[in-house]
Amino acid sequence: MSEKKKQRMYNQDVSGDGIHSIQKVIEPPRESSRPVIKYMLIGVSVLFLFVMLILPLIVVVVNALGDGWAAYQEAVLDEYTVKALMLTLLATVTAVAVNTIFGIFSAYLLSKFYFRGRQVLASLIDIPFSISPVIAGLVFILTFGNIGWMGDFLKAHDIKIVFAVPGVVLATIFVTFPFVFRELFPVLNAQGKDEEEAAALMGAGGFTIFRRITFPHIKWALLYGVILCTARAMGEFGAVSVISGHLRGKTNTLPLHVEILYNEFNTTAAFAVSSILVLLAVLILIARNLVEWKKK
Amino acid sequence: MEQQIVKVKNKKGVKVIPGFGLSLGVTLAMLGCLVLIPLASIFISAAQLSFGEFIETVTSRQVVSGYIVSFSCAFFAALINVVFGVILAWVLVRYEFPGKRLMDGLIELPFALPTAVAGISLTYLYSDQGWIGGLFDKIGVKIAYTRIGITLAMVFVGIPFVVRAVQPILEKLDRQYEEAAAMLGAGKLYTFFRVILPELFPAMLAGFGLALARGIGEYGSVVFIAGNIPYKTQIAPLLIMTKLEQYKYADATAIALVLLVISFLLMLVINSVQIYMQRFSKA
Repeated sequence: MSEKKKQRMYNQDVSGDGIHSIQKVIEPPRESSRPVIKYMLIGVSVLFLFVMLILPLIVVVVNALGDGWAAYQEAVLDEYTVKALMLTLLATVTAVAVNTIFGIFSAYLLSKFYFRGRQVLASLIDIPFSISPVIAGLVFILTFGNIGWMGDFLKAHDIKIVFAVPGVVLATIFVTFPFVFRELFPVLNAQGKDEEEAAALMGAGGFTIFRRITFPHIKWALLYGVILCTARAMGEFGAVSVISGHLRGKTNTLPLHVEILYNEFNTTAAFAVSSILVLLAVLILIARNLVEWKKK
Repeated sequence: MEQQIVKVKNKKGVKVIPGFGLSLGVTLAMLGCLVLIPLASIFISAAQLSFGEFIETVTSRQVVSGYIVSFSCAFFAALINVVFGVILAWVLVRYEFPGKRLMDGLIELPFALPTAVAGISLTYLYSDQGWIGGLFDKIGVKIAYTRIGITLAMVFVGIPFVVRAVQPILEKLDRQYEEAAAMLGAGKLYTFFRVILPELFPAMLAGFGLALARGIGEYGSVVFIAGNIPYKTQIAPLLIMTKLEQYKYADATAIALVLLVISFLLMLVINSVQIYMQRFSKA
């Protein structure tokens, strides 16, 4: 929807002969002649956003470079930082891949087919979205940990999930589970079943229907969902904090590494590592905005 | 050219679109393994506690204060977000000004920024020597390590919820009602509160609910600025974390279960109110 105010034109028959007319323009309603309220509201908004959003970003940058460029480089290229970055990337990519597959299948299922329990299923899928991340981590400890009911089974086969990398990945998958689904479902729901039904009746096979008809509709929503999922997965802190065991160099993600540095009063290094995450966050914001504009 | 069209017949009639079995299977399998089964563990573990122990843990003074801190701060934070969210949505939809696109893009920052980074930045900003905390310290108001700080952090994480909920409604709002009100002699303020705001209320409520849920469960952004002072600034998720670090799994489970139940109930109430309100508005 264009954000410019729309002008409408119409022809007015002035001379009355039904042939010649002049074009008139209907002006959109004019802004209030007292723009005080407008400027006040804009001012309040800008101030609010500046204090709440921009200042924290500035804080990160200023503190990261507080001790100079050399210290910054040292903190960022530190071995543990790099390992934490690797783990974060691993967890993120896995979570996004798994949740995208799930998102596509579940959105397709819930929008194209009617069956009993549809609503229930949709609410169940949304559960990870509304749970506190700490509870999410706790849940995995209670399942796969030593005290969990699967604990003995895992011990017998010498599989470590909790306090190890698989646990971190699983927790990340859990927390970002509904993100892709939530983006795809409204789009597919609004699209309806007609096109797919027509294709099926004309003899197209399942995959062809998906490839040719469903997929083009969800292209941008899919991209958007993937971007959101990536952002959340990279930033996940609570659930991973519970399940990771904080083993440096092994089970630390980048946000956890930031926490450790901060708690050691190594503030500059903490902010330096944070700046990596801030950079990624800004990139994600830009990507998200590009997709938004493309969608329109 | 003959092709078999695979039909799955059930009570609702013939399913023409293929792929039901596959998508149902994949969906249920993934949902079950990754979400439902782990989630069931909380109930299984909680059942292993005796009822008496459960009540004792959950009603202990520290735990109750944890709940109160979490819920009250989240409530106020969500309220603040509703007010500013409506203002922001209004400004973004109704006005043109330089930098508007930048502002629109910035709103999603709390989603994109890792909570831990937000946490340490906010703590730095509002601590006694911080840029803003220092200013307030001069007039004797402490922000970091108090409930005000917690509320501020919760406001930060909840900003996008109300804005993004209200924005689409505002965009599609039919101007004719405002114009009719103006023609009937209503002032701008009156029009806003009596004509526009009721239209926005379901979206505001939805945004409020989401921001509330996020605030209650939020850990990363809040834990740094809260300071974890018992009975003062301990939020419920932090309490769970503390119990876990002490290997008191039973306690942690009990607290988590109550938190889950209360959160679900809250969401249920908010959703019911929303549905109720929608019955009385035009389609």
